[in-house]
Parts: sequence; C-alpha cells; structure tokens
Amino acid sequence: MTTTDLGMPVSGLQHVPHLPDDAGKQTKRDFTSDQEVRWCPGCGDYVILAAVQSFLPELGLQRENIVFVSGIGCSSRFPYYLDTYGMHSIHGRAPAIATGLATSRPDLSVWVVTGDGDALSIGGNHLIHALRRNVNLTILLFNNQIYGLTKGQYSPTSRVGQVTKSSPLGSVDAPFNPVSLALGAEATFVARAMESDRDELKAVLKAAAEHRGTALVEIYQNCPIFNDGAFEVLKDRSQQEARIVRLRAGEAITVGAEDDRKVLVRQGSGVMKFVSEAEAETGEKGAVVVHDPALDDPSQAFQISRLDSPEMTHVPMGVFRQVSRPTYDDLVRAQVSGAVDAAGGPAGDEDLAELLRGRDTWTVG
Amino acid sequence: MGPPLTSKAVQTLDRVVIRFAGDSGDGMQLTGDRFTSETAAMGNDLSTLPNFPAEIRAPQGTLPGVSSFQLHFADHDVLTPGDAPDVLVAMNPAALKANLADVPRGATIIANTDEFTKRNLAKVGYTESPLEDGSLESWHVHPVALTSITVEALAEFTGLTRKEKERAKNMFALGLLSWMYTRPTSGTEAFLQKKFGGRPEILAANLAALTAGWNYGETTEDFASTYVVQPAPMPPGTYRNVTGNTALSLGLVAAAHRAGRPLVLGSYPITPASDILHALSSMKRHGVTTIQAEDEIAGIGIALGASYGGAVGVTTTSGPGIALKSETIGLAVSLELPLVVVDIQRGGPSTGLPTKTEQADLLQVMFGRNGESPVPVIAAQTPADCFDAAMEAVRIATEYRTPVVLLSDGYLANGSEPWSVPGVEDLPGGPVELASAPNATDEKGEPVFRPYLRDPDTLARPWAVPGTAGLEHRIGGIEKADVTGDISYDPDNHDRMVRLRAGKVAGVTVPDLEVDDPSGDARVLVLGWGSTYGPIAAATRVVRNTGAAVARAHLRHLNPFPANLGEVLRRYDRVVVPEMNTGQLALLLRGTYLVDVRTHSSVRGLPFTTVELADVISSTLEEVR
Repeated sequence: MTTTDLGMPVSGLQHVPHLPDDAGKQTKRDFTSDQEVRWCPGCGDYVILAAVQSFLPELGLQRENIVFVSGIGCSSRFPYYLDTYGMHSIHGRAPAIATGLATSRPDLSVWVVTGDGDALSIGGNHLIHALRRNVNLTILLFNNQIYGLTKGQYSPTSRVGQVTKSSPLGSVDAPFNPVSLALGAEATFVARAMESDRDELKAVLKAAAEHRGTALVEIYQNCPIFNDGAFEVLKDRSQQEARIVRLRAGEAITVGAEDDRKVLVRQGSGVMKFVSEAEAETGEKGAVVVHDPALDDPSQAFQISRLDSPEMTHVPMGVFRQVSRPTYDDLVRAQVSGAVDAAGGPAGDEDLAELLRGRDTWTVG
Repeated sequence: MGPPLTSKAVQTLDRVVIRFAGDSGDGMQLTGDRFTSETAAMGNDLSTLPNFPAEIRAPQGTLPGVSSFQLHFADHDVLTPGDAPDVLVAMNPAALKANLADVPRGATIIANTDEFTKRNLAKVGYTESPLEDGSLESWHVHPVALTSITVEALAEFTGLTRKEKERAKNMFALGLLSWMYTRPTSGTEAFLQKKFGGRPEILAANLAALTAGWNYGETTEDFASTYVVQPAPMPPGTYRNVTGNTALSLGLVAAAHRAGRPLVLGSYPITPASDILHALSSMKRHGVTTIQAEDEIAGIGIALGASYGGAVGVTTTSGPGIALKSETIGLAVSLELPLVVVDIQRGGPSTGLPTKTEQADLLQVMFGRNGESPVPVIAAQTPADCFDAAMEAVRIATEYRTPVVLLSDGYLANGSEPWSVPGVEDLPGGPVELASAPNATDEKGEPVFRPYLRDPDTLARPWAVPGTAGLEHRIGGIEKADVTGDISYDPDNHDRMVRLRAGKVAGVTVPDLEVDDPSGDARVLVLGWGSTYGPIAAATRVVRNTGAAVARAHLRHLNPFPANLGEVLRRYDRVVVPEMNTGQLALLLRGTYLVDVRTHSSVRGLPFTTVELADVISSTLEEVR
C-alpha cells in the first residue's frame, strides 16, 4: 500500500493514548483532585477550573497522559486542583519546562497555565520562543490585568492610567495585547475567550487541545479583589453585543445587535473599520472582511487583533489564527529517530563502544 | 605507516614542550591539534593547553589577537601541559612578544621572518626587529621565511590567490615540526583529505605545504638534527586523545545508556561549554536529544522538564549561566528530580575572561540559591577524567533524584590527553527504575501513591513519570508535606523537609579520600580539587625527587565531602590548598572541620605551573622542619 501525504492537519493529540472504547465515560469528577481550592471567593479562576474539569472528559484521553505545567501567580495554582500529572514551577518558566517535557514525550498532552504577569512579563521570552518554535503545547493565559498574588500591582496588560498599589498616580506602562504579541511571534493557534462564556470557552479549549503546535488561548478573567470589574463591560448584557466581536471562520466579522449591526471592511488604504450594514453592502467604504483563521499570512489576523483597545469598544473573541506548520518537537524527534533508524535501531553496547573509541585510536600492549 | 627516515642526526629526548603561537587567523589551534594527534599516534603521553582570545578575530598582528597552543609530550606519564616551552613557533612579532617571557633562555624559537615587517613590529612596540638586534642571543633562533617559502612551494597552484597560498603556512610549520620531532604525517594527510575533499586544489596545496615544511627541515642546514621521543610506557589498552569537553559528552551518553534512559540536553551557547552542545548534537544516533534554548534559564527548564518525563536531563553552561539557572536548580531541589548541571568554569566575575580558566564558581554552586538548597557537587580532574566525572554525576542524580553540579573548567574543557577507552561492560551504573505502582495505602486500605515517600536508605523519593496510570500527582516549588507531597505551610513540616533534603544530599555515597604519601612520613598535605590535579601531582613529584616527603590528595566530591576528610586533614602539620580562586575550598574546609588549611591562590586565568607549586610545597616543608 502506498501512502500519500494529503497535508491534512494532524491532531495535537495524535500520539496521546486515548481511552479504550469499552472504558467507562470520564466525568468532571475524575479530573478533580482531593486538594482544597484556595482562590479568593468570586475569583474567575473557579469558573475556568470548572470549565476545564468538565471539558477534559470530552477529549477521551487517558488521564495519566495529561500534564499541566504552571508558573507562579494565582492562576498557576491550577495544576493542584486537577487529578492529572502536574507541576507548579517557577515564575515565567513553564513554557520552557513544558518544551522539554513535550519534546521528550510525544505521548503526553501538555498544558501550560499562566497569567498576564507570568507569561508576558517575567516569562515573556519563553512564551515568544515557544510560539515561534511551535511546540505541541496548549497555553492557557489567564489575563486579569493585575498582579493578584503579590496583592495588586499593575501588570503588562494593565491599561495606561490604571491606579494600583504600585501606580498610585496611574500606570504609565503601555500594555501588551497578548493576541497581537502571539501573532507577531508567528503562533499557529491564537484564540481569546471570556471566563464567563462557558460554551465558547469550551469550544476554544477543544480546538486548542486538538491543534498540533503551540496553541495560545487568552482567557479574560476577573480578579474580584484587586481589579474587580475589569471586563464588566463585556459581561454586561446590555453592552456585550455592541462590544464583543465574535470571530467565525468563513463569515463576515460583525458586531452589535441585529438592528444596529456593524460590519468590518477593509478600506483602500488597508485600514479595517466597522461600518453600517448598509454601507458594507454597497462596498463604498471598502471590502467586507471575511474571517479566515487558516490564512498562512498572519497579517489579517493581526489587524483583527488591533480592533481591540483599552476602552474595549470592540473586542474580538474566538479563534484568530489556526494554521498548520511543522512542530518543533516533531522535527526534533524525527531527526533523532531518523538517525537511530538509519543506524539500524537503538544503540546497543557495541554502538556505544564504537562511539567511545572514536575515529582515531591506538593500541598499547 | 611510521615516520619517514631522515638523513640527519637523531637525538633522543625524554620530553618536549612545544608552543605554537600566531595570530587568531593563523590556524594555530588546528596546527596544535594536528601535531597532538600525530604525537598521540606515536604513543607518547601528552597534555595540551590551548590559549586563545575571546575575540574571534582581534585586529591582525596585535597582542590581543595572539592565539597559542601548547603541547607537552614525553616518554613517561605527563601530568601538565608543561610550564615553559622548549620550542616556540612564533608566526609574527606579536606572538613572539606575547610569549617570550614564558620561554626559558636556551630554548628554541622558530620565527616567521616574513611577518617581521616594520609595520608589524611597530604594532607591538618593537622599534627594531628582535631577530636582528641581538636581543634573542640567549635563545636558539631559527628564522624561517615561512610565508614566502610556502607561497613559493605552491607556485604551480595557479588557481589559488596569494592569500589562499599564504593561508597554508600553518601546514608548512606543521610539516617542519613534524620533521623535527619525527612525527608521522599520515593522520594529518587523512584529516586534510576529509576537510578539503570537496576542494581539490586547496587540498593539494595544503598537502604540498605540509611536505614542503618537512623537506625544508630535511634540506636546510639551519636544522642540524631531528629528535625522537620514545613512546611512554602506558597500561595496555585502546587509547584515543580527548579534550575534557569531548570526554564529558561521552560520559553523559555512556551514563544514560547504562541507565537505560534517554539523554536530553537543554543548553544555551556559552564559552567554554559550547563544545559539549556541539558534540551531543551530533550523537542523535545514540538517542540523544539536544535543544538549543532561547536563554540559560530555558536551557535548564527544558532539561528539568525532560527529567520530569523520565529522561536524564542535562544542562551545560559556565559561571554566568549558573547565575541565571540558580532559581531552577532550587526548583529541582524541591521537586527532587534528577538533573545534571555542568559548569565549565571560566574567569569571572561577570563576563570576566571567557576563554581563560578559573575555579571560582565553587561557592556559587554550593550556596548560590535562596533557602536551604543543598546539591551534590563533584569536580573533574583531568581532560580524560571528565568522562568518569560525568558518569558519576548521572549516577548521583538518578539514584538520589537530585540536581547535581559537575564542575569542570576552561583548562580541562579545551586541554587534551590520551584516554584509555573503557570497555562498555566495565562501565559503572545500571538500569534506573521508574515508579510503576502505588507505594502506600490510605486510611481505607486503598492503594495510593505518595510522591514524597522516601527510600529509607537513600532518602530518594520515587521517580514517577507522567503516563504512569494510578500515580497521578502534583509537584511544585511550594513546600510540600512530607510523604504526601501536598502543599504545606506547617512550621514543623518545613523544618523536617529542610532536614530531609539536607540529609539526602549528605548521605550520598562517596568513597573515602585516598592520600598519596609513598613514604608515609609526610607532615605536609597538598589538597586540591578539579583541574589542579595535574600541576599538584607534577609538583609533588618534583619535590619528592629531592628526597622530601609530601602527601597529596584530590577531592572528586565537594558535596558531600568524603567521610574521612576531617581525619585526613588533622593528620598533617600543614595542609596547603592550591586553588585558582582566592580560597573557596579552604573556606569550606575551615568552616566544616575547624582546620587551619592554608590557601595558595592564583587567578591569572591560567593553570598553576609545576615550578610555582613545587616552590610553595618546598617552603611549607621548610616551615615544619
């Protein structure tokens, strides 16, 4: 039989053992550890934890082949509460540790849980390099726009002017847009979801887990203690529709209720702008932008990510980019297994002896 | 193929030290490497010391641009690269000026006269050529127009530019020296075939230059005789020449092979450690994975992640990299996972002297972390010993589930010596077992896994890797409850965990320190660690040859120390500790054993000389007489 490479996307979970067909169905309970959850009452992390615990059974994976690696911060306590393998590491370094694990163990579904400070400040370097390499990881970035664990300093996603304990006159630090950053680093999967929108969150998580390569999911998460209401305008039903831009592959990008819907067009200059449905129909203000996360060129996704602003006038949610590109860990393993296969199989004692002797030996006695 | 016959007189020598010195672009390291290879093939014992600037190409012809390679070879066992050259090959005035102070009067200097131009002389502050002003009267100077003779010898290579021809002058020098010391050139010819196989004209030119150098020695009257150094009596075996970094790489691969675990290196390039990354990345056939990380911190994070997954995780670096990795070493102490951290020490602080050697990271690796964070520390002693040291590091890491620091330095890393290649069946170590089943029962009698339930003998916790059903657990840098590994802020638990981690490291099995004291009468002990092994052994030999008694011992394990170390120290009237730092081991010894050890310190970026240490020993002997 010959096999033809059809270039089909390969699942991120391809080499991870799935449950046998006759196995009982997993439930949220199977993924709940015996540890008492210690976030503050009302923390958005509870909602995300519940969503992840109830979503994981959908993957149908053997629980022991799932690993959560986190850094430091409130969100990084996450692994303790999941009955999978888990490592609560050090500040900012989870993507590096996960890279070592994922590269050496293709049979694992490796997740990174991080926050805006952990991922974008102290760990910014590791994040961009994981994205650039496209290691088979799923990164959940909980963005609450504040340092919570250290009790309320501004973070690299805090908006300019935000008053915090360390910025009593307002922050003068320009914030990162995590989605723009990830796209700039040529991430192959970038999405954003709201902690409170459970269905949307689960859909995004599933797509992210099944993506082969680094998947970055930014999750807006409320910190009720130090930055309460940061995303209130997006949660408030009366404003939600006018602000949240739901990205749907193959569809025009729109915002607003039916009676006041705006449509995203690209003007002649290349700039994107929301115009009324009527204006969009005539095409006089520009061509309607159809969302295509599979575009090889990340420019359009990047432009869409820039619709966002600190005022949250228009906030795109959903999958910005989802493309297939060889993953770092697959390529690394292919080089090793290629060398091993070419030499006729795993190195035995005689192969090691040959290596130790090298090419230039002499004998005494 | 043996060396060709010569028509000239042949003298026999017992040892020779040659130093090749030239501009960074002159190919001196390659020349030295090739001469070393030829010498190894002759069966001499040898030791080498490359010495090069951190700049890849400093301005041509200047003192900072001088690169050198020293080789000591003998008909007996060689312990150091030699204090002073018997022969200096100086490819330009800068090389002469930078090295002359090390060359004893009466020694031989071969100088490339073509480079002794007015301009080049002025660059290094000579107003007159030292080859002509009589200032080198006390040396045997052979002025050789190396460049122009090489170019002339390559006249028929019309496809090559003059520059390309000039570049072959290092092969001319190698040919000349090979003739002088009756070294076989067949190995070099084979090497050139391989290196320039794709460029036939360059290959032919280099071969022609090599032969021209040989013939020059044979035909000119300037060189009256050739020299023979008989092979050294060495124990039977198969030998190869290895640098410390090569031996260390091989040791890591061999140890992982014996352990039955894959080797994963996470590393960021840094001098003088990068050669290990290079070597291991070409060993994929042995299942070795190398990941060149975005920074030092990621390098060790990758290694730790791989260890968590069941591999032998290794990271390689130098002192500045250790500083960056410290937090992750602390995490590994807390996680109690195997990890090998290799520190090829160089001159510091900060960037310091990247290409020069030093032993000043000992206290950094011992204590440079927050909290009580003990790690086993071992040190390699000679280039070939880097192999054994690497195997020992992997043994401790995997058996005790702990990060281990392996200290080498720039001198060992780049220096080389013959290595008796061990048989695989004779290598230490064996399969390392991973946890596969629950290790306890809960209150209901159900089997459970307790990630911090320890082996009563080693205090090591189980190595339970993801993918193992029934052993799902969480670990982290927050203090954990004894046995269960759950988060715990309990004061007594923290106190207990600190002591458990310390006890585990203190309990690492370490052989007793062996003291070399042939007469048994010594009242002075010279104690060293790391790369001072060769100079100390050579110096004690010199002193003993005068009839004096002196004891010598060398520490492989710096944490924990051998159990008999305190007793050994107290046995002597004086203990001298030569270190290429300002007294770091001495501080540990004084603090641990309340013994008044004496430091002999040098931080010049170079290894100790035998003469220097012999003087130190002799004057100490005077004191206790």
